[in-house]
Amino acid sequence: MTLHDQNYNFGYLDEQTKRMVRRALLKALAIPGYQVPFASREMPMPYGWGTGGVQVTAACLTPEDTLKVIDQGADDTTNAVSIRKFFQRTAGVAVTEHTEQASLIQTRHRIPETPLTEGQILVYQVPIPEPLRFLEPRETETRRMHALEDYGLMYVKLYEDIAHNGEISTAYAYPVKVEGRYVMDPSPIPRFDNPKLESAAIQLFGAGREQRIYALPPYCQVVSLDFEDHPFEASKADHDCDLCGCATSYLDEIIVDDAGGRMFICSDTDFCAGRQAAGHIGRLSGKDTA
Amino acid sequence: MQTDALTGGFGDAPVQAARAFRAALEAMARPGTLHEVTGAEAPAPVGAAAAVLLLTLCDAQTPLYLAPGHDVAAVRDWIAFHVGAPIVAAEDAAVVLGRWQALAPLDRYRIGTPDYPDRSVLLIGEVDALSAQGARLTGPGIETHAHLSLPEIEVFRANAALFPLGWDCFFTCGTRLAALPRSTKVEPS
Repeated sequence: MTLHDQNYNFGYLDEQTKRMVRRALLKALAIPGYQVPFASREMPMPYGWGTGGVQVTAACLTPEDTLKVIDQGADDTTNAVSIRKFFQRTAGVAVTEHTEQASLIQTRHRIPETPLTEGQILVYQVPIPEPLRFLEPRETETRRMHALEDYGLMYVKLYEDIAHNGEISTAYAYPVKVEGRYVMDPSPIPRFDNPKLESAAIQLFGAGREQRIYALPPYCQVVSLDFEDHPFEASKADHDCDLCGCATSYLDEIIVDDAGGRMFICSDTDFCAGRQAAGHIGRLSGKDTA
Repeated sequence: MQTDALTGGFGDAPVQAARAFRAALEAMARPGTLHEVTGAEAPAPVGAAAAVLLLTLCDAQTPLYLAPGHDVAAVRDWIAFHVGAPIVAAEDAAVVLGRWQALAPLDRYRIGTPDYPDRSVLLIGEVDALSAQGARLTGPGIETHAHLSLPEIEVFRANAALFPLGWDCFFTCGTRLAALPRSTKVEPS
């Protein structure tokens, strides 16, 4: 591609760094849900902007790829736009906003509504990869807990949720158990998205500041932790999308005036735009809500 | 050093390594699938796909063990020039290269520790034939089941039983490769 800025190596990272990331990715796929330490590099963006995801994407991109980047489901937010431009410039790859057309999707905190297919890769930006971290701050201890499959503390936390609130109140970053072995943080996706973790696509997770990479191979068993009498429930706002009328997608709530007015719209902008283009309308379609 | 040790590497390393890695990633994520990789040529007996894997995954940070048959001067020279991986004993290796039969005994390789199961070896085993028939594979990355012409069965069952410890392997045959991670369950077909 002619757009590739030749002052940068393909995909920004140097080759030795990519080999290091790639070795970690292969180990991560071989041990689903296990957090593989890797020598995360400083990237030309701050921690919290997806440095882990960017390194994973850089290690996976080929010139033939079509890249999509979303931030909370939206293609047009600052984080998504800047990362997309970063790879347009340093790798010269084609970009798209359409989920079906993308071969590699980097995401912050959402899984696209459109089901992913074989041949697609979903790369997550992860802030805190350790699901046990807020329960046990010591890395030496959480590592040992994973080694011993000692996840009682996590169940106690979920039980306390029920004891205090009558239900499991964890709404995002809802812990899952992978292939009956490792408890994993699916990154701060809403728990609405948890059932979509069992996917035909390859899912890779990169945590830059915390220097961890983990992965879910396709068709991997991913079970959201719950109790027999309090089964896991994928929850969402009890509304339809006000723009496309969809009753099954994950919604963002938007305050539209100072008189308590609000609207609910699909968090996945591509999904919502696609439905509107196909003629679906919602409660506020065509109205000036500004 | 022979001059042919200086040839056979990637001409455009960033792009060729990226394509090769995607094939390796797909192979490891979907055990039993076959992938073609090209672009590297190492001295005999190293096959094309094995050479591509060495260039894509190995460097000075990956101690490499060459099994008997592959541990010849021409191969060592080629690796020294193109890869730079230190050649070490089997017990210390992060990556192992050889004919599959020459890799035995397999219980001497690193399988990781309970705290760090990733500190385990990657085996690159060259085989005479590689096709999507033979042993029945199930597990992560496989929707229902897959088949792969594995050279044997029992060692893979024993390795899978060690999960999350164990080794992972690539099989190469000419320009073709497939992978078998430790998570895959293997049965006779």
